[in-house]
Amino acid sequence: MNLSRRKFLGWMSAAGVGTVMGKKAYAASDRHLRENPDSKGVLFDSVLCIGCRKCEEACNKVNELPPPEQPFDDETVLDHKRRTTPDAYTVVNRYDDSGSAKGPLFRKIQCNHCMEPACASSCFVKAYKKTMTGAVTYDASVCVGCRYCMIACPFEIPTYTYDSALNPTIMKCTMCHPRVIEGKLPGCVESCPKEALTFGKRTDLIKIARERIRKNPGLYVDHIYGEHEMGGTSWLYLSGVPFKDLGMREDLGIKPAVEMTKGALNAVPIVVGLWPVLLTGIYAISQRKDKISKKEQEDAVQAALAKATEEAEAKLSKALTDAETKKKVAIEAAVKKALEEVADSQTEEGS
Amino acid sequence: MSGQTTSNSKPLITTFSYAAEEVIKTLFKTFMSPMGIVAGAIVVLGLFLTFLRFTGGLGAVTNLSDYNAWGIWIGFDLLTGVALAAGGVVTSAAVYIFGMKKYHFAVRPAILTGFLGYALVVLALVYDVGRPDRLILGYPFVVSQGTTSVLFEVGLCVMLYLTVLFVEFCPAALEWLGLKKARYLIIKLTLVLTIFGVILSTLHQSSLGALFLLAHSKLHPLWYSSYLPVFFFVSAVFAGLSMVIFESTLSHRHFAHQMGEEHLKGREDLAFGFGKAAALVLAGYFAIKIVGITADHNWDLLGTSYGAWFLVELLGFVALPCFLYSIGVRDRNLKIIQWAAGWTVFGVMLNRLNISVIAFNYHLPSADRYFPNWMEIGISLFIVTVGILAFKVIGTLMPIFYEHTEFKDLH
Repeated sequence: MNLSRRKFLGWMSAAGVGTVMGKKAYAASDRHLRENPDSKGVLFDSVLCIGCRKCEEACNKVNELPPPEQPFDDETVLDHKRRTTPDAYTVVNRYDDSGSAKGPLFRKIQCNHCMEPACASSCFVKAYKKTMTGAVTYDASVCVGCRYCMIACPFEIPTYTYDSALNPTIMKCTMCHPRVIEGKLPGCVESCPKEALTFGKRTDLIKIARERIRKNPGLYVDHIYGEHEMGGTSWLYLSGVPFKDLGMREDLGIKPAVEMTKGALNAVPIVVGLWPVLLTGIYAISQRKDKISKKEQEDAVQAALAKATEEAEAKLSKALTDAETKKKVAIEAAVKKALEEVADSQTEEGS
Repeated sequence: MSGQTTSNSKPLITTFSYAAEEVIKTLFKTFMSPMGIVAGAIVVLGLFLTFLRFTGGLGAVTNLSDYNAWGIWIGFDLLTGVALAAGGVVTSAAVYIFGMKKYHFAVRPAILTGFLGYALVVLALVYDVGRPDRLILGYPFVVSQGTTSVLFEVGLCVMLYLTVLFVEFCPAALEWLGLKKARYLIIKLTLVLTIFGVILSTLHQSSLGALFLLAHSKLHPLWYSSYLPVFFFVSAVFAGLSMVIFESTLSHRHFAHQMGEEHLKGREDLAFGFGKAAALVLAGYFAIKIVGITADHNWDLLGTSYGAWFLVELLGFVALPCFLYSIGVRDRNLKIIQWAAGWTVFGVMLNRLNISVIAFNYHLPSADRYFPNWMEIGISLFIVTVGILAFKVIGTLMPIFYEHTEFKDLH
């Protein structure tokens, strides 16, 4: 196969353009979500929480979830660590205090509504959305059920209705987005009898939390969990003990999830742009190598042939010269002989 | 061969009914052997489990949970399947781009393996996703594009590459059916398709690793690395090379009587050539894995139990096969090369399972960890069996291991 310039350019652009047209530009897609100053959040103060599970009950009611196996006032539920399930968007766990004798500690678990949600950046059909109110919502109507969001979520919040044959969906806290739009409080916040939950602008909540830490020295750990974790979350936490004693991970870092895949996604258009050049180049080099080696072979054959011809010619001319010399010698000899014969006959005649 | 009995003058419908008849006949013959009966039993079991899966939901057949959203259908069928199916792109790139024409005979079996591999990956995903109807129709994918997602890229590339592989496979089928014009058209596209294939493979092989970049808090630090996309791409290269040797070894056992002269003669050369390449790539992979440990300051973790397991993978399934390949190439020992190939294939599977299942969620108590249900393994086994059966039927009917008499020297 010969590679003409026309063909080379044709293939290169066909491969390049074809690949680019098949997809959207990724470089533009790693957008950075800026915090909306009015976005809402909830502050959970674990020092105030008494583990009454009223929030769980309210959540169950407003979200019309199936009734629990054990009633909400059954405290034995707290003997086991629980997580969110398709039937419970929020759960309260008890963490028995190990050293500091502050009595039993409680933590409420629900979706933290990240500022830059891992679930949203992982979803390939954009089912998740960080809304203006701060809530991270999920649209089941486009969900394919790949469950990558569950892999992505560092807080292990999304749950899946594995037992549904035809229409399984992700189930998770919505921060009562529909209620908040109507001007109501989220179900859990409204029901809390101890004001352990505060709903408001996230920026205000951070101020409130700082104030509580400042006003009550020794009562709180000097850290607002969620202010920076994974790029910040709409839910914020205060605690009297290190957060890891409440089963919260302290090793998540402050980088939002979207940052972690940015590099890999940015490499995509580069590969799409450069690979056709590189590959066509390699192809051209290998073709040229073949061509050159073929030419070299031909040249060698030609040279050998020429050499052989030359040699043959030389041989021939030598043979010819030899023959001529011989002939000359023979003629000379013949002439000599003839002359001698003539001389002889003259001598004979004279005598 | 059978291709000669049909010709262009017959209407397409006759051609296709002929094709269907031949496939059924061959399938029937395949089942009429001891191994065929085992395969048949697996297929029957698989169909039963399929019924359970689609009537009872994922919960009826899997051990997946809210903590463990991905099991062996992702770890084995998707991640391992895609890595091993890289044989197609590796071989076609070697022959058509790098100009190693002496391996030309190996392209068709490798493309067939790749095509079936990707087709089965998609089949496995039909079982794994909650709404396979939306996966097949692809509608939310088009109207609601989540371009920030690595999975979006994986999905798009796999979809496009499956199409490329199908087109690349087509000439064999068209020769069998005697459709000369269509075949000629596709043959002309060979180089463009190959370049397309390399681009798409680079992207999605690496992106499968990039999927786990989000899960830095769940994947054990020895396996988590910002180099994951590079690790996945490089390991896919030696996985593909090894899979070609492995497949060639098995094919020689079952298709030797069908193999063309070129194939029988070049078989050993292929094993040594690809073995040498695999040894080099494995050595490079070993080096960048060391770079990965060093970059993340993880040397101390090698002393833990996960560290020991990591060393089993790195020394036993990267360093060892690299060494075996080298010895095999030096001594021209085909047996060692074949063992090294099988060992590497197993090692790649181990690596993908480590990342997606074994070292994933390492922080959870064992009660919350995942172990596959036997029915999940059953469906994986069923899918692999379907692949082997398809390979057997296609390899028997179509010019995969030999050149079709009517099309010799036309490419």
